Amino acid sequence: MKGVRFRDHKVVGDILELAARYCAEGADELVFYDITASPENRSVDRSWITRVARVLDIPFCVAGGIRTVADAEEVLNSGAEKISVNSPALADPGLVNALARRFGSQCVVVGIDSQTVGEEFEVYQFTGDPDRSCSTRRRTLDWVREVQDRGAGEIVLNCMASDGVRQGYDLRQLRAVRSICHVPLIASGGAGTMEHFATVFADAGVDGALAASVFHSGAIAIPDLKASLRARRVEIRP
Amino acid sequence: MTDVAIIANGGANIASLRFALDRLGASSQLTADVDELRRARRVILPGVGAAADAMERLHSLGLASAIPTLTQPVLGICLGMQLLFKGSEEGDTECLGIFPARVTRFPDRQGFPVPHMGWNQVVPQSGSPLTRGLGDDAYVYFVHSYAAPVGPWTQAVTDYGGEFSAIVRHANFHGAQFHPERSSRAGQRLLANFLALA
Repeated sequence: MKGVRFRDHKVVGDILELAARYCAEGADELVFYDITASPENRSVDRSWITRVARVLDIPFCVAGGIRTVADAEEVLNSGAEKISVNSPALADPGLVNALARRFGSQCVVVGIDSQTVGEEFEVYQFTGDPDRSCSTRRRTLDWVREVQDRGAGEIVLNCMASDGVRQGYDLRQLRAVRSICHVPLIASGGAGTMEHFATVFADAGVDGALAASVFHSGAIAIPDLKASLRARRVEIRP
Repeated sequence: MTDVAIIANGGANIASLRFALDRLGASSQLTADVDELRRARRVILPGVGAAADAMERLHSLGLASAIPTLTQPVLGICLGMQLLFKGSEEGDTECLGIFPARVTRFPDRQGFPVPHMGWNQVVPQSGSPLTRGLGDDAYVYFVHSYAAPVGPWTQAVTDYGGEFSAIVRHANFHGAQFHPERSSRAGQRLLANFLALA
């Protein structure tokens, strides 16, 4: 699934075919989101994970509906490298500790949907469902600090205001989070041009940049993007 | 006879390794049985988790004394490679002792967060059979907090605020600090090279 500004979700082709294509084109990691899993209070259907793991020879992360250590174990045993938690971690922050203790911080990703509210940044939840998406009243910087203390090994910061509109990553917010984030930080939301990728690495110091719609639509081809980033001296796998 | 016996040392997440071997047309079998390991053409020691726990499991399975006596090609992956060394700083653990050095934790350095996680370059040191065809610009996928020093056993190095052993070899024992099963073309090449060893 991919979403455009978290409204109007649409299905994008067969995931196996897409996964194999991105892998062959040089993607460094894939993230599979079942963004409807949390709002509908159901778990991810896991039969597809093994099928994906068979064809992929790069790391991949599964997000959506992972609420317990047992859920996570099933996903990891199916062949995923990492699990990403978002709404369930907000409901039960101790889940982050439990996952890190059992599997190690390196497989525990915390996804954060963050919205600019005045001068502040606030964490949103249930963003997969337009009717339930709402602010948690948590300040994003506080939550980033807390999940690191609890053992998160990576943070994917999805900046909702810029998500799906292809006007560039939210550099102001990413810089603010980078200054307090000691684990790998992945920028999400806003990629529209190759320039946007180069800028987010150079100006926000992120460790990775995630994008969906520009790749799904074919607007940016991964080999071209990587060549462009290497030409700008961003250290990246060819 | 299966091509590769994978040592079942209790770690999760060996599915991706088995799938990578499948893609290369190699059959694999998960076992903790000493006789089955001795009969296998090749042996892989995987490993995710902590050194002390992993060694405890190998001892309780009777494998800690058996592994160093194996005579076919053996490949340790990630923690599995570290277990082939004399010891690890992680939990101050005595390991299998094939490589005469100690695995140590990455020091805290600005700009080099621990764990070292993600893609990094491997630079082959010599004409090792495992690095054949790897090229000078090969990137592979790492996830680790401890690393083995560079020494006579080193077949390839990686730089992460200092060089460490990315690929090692002593006699029939080989090791890769990274995850070849998740390292795209370069990882596939390394596994293919391992499967081609006599």
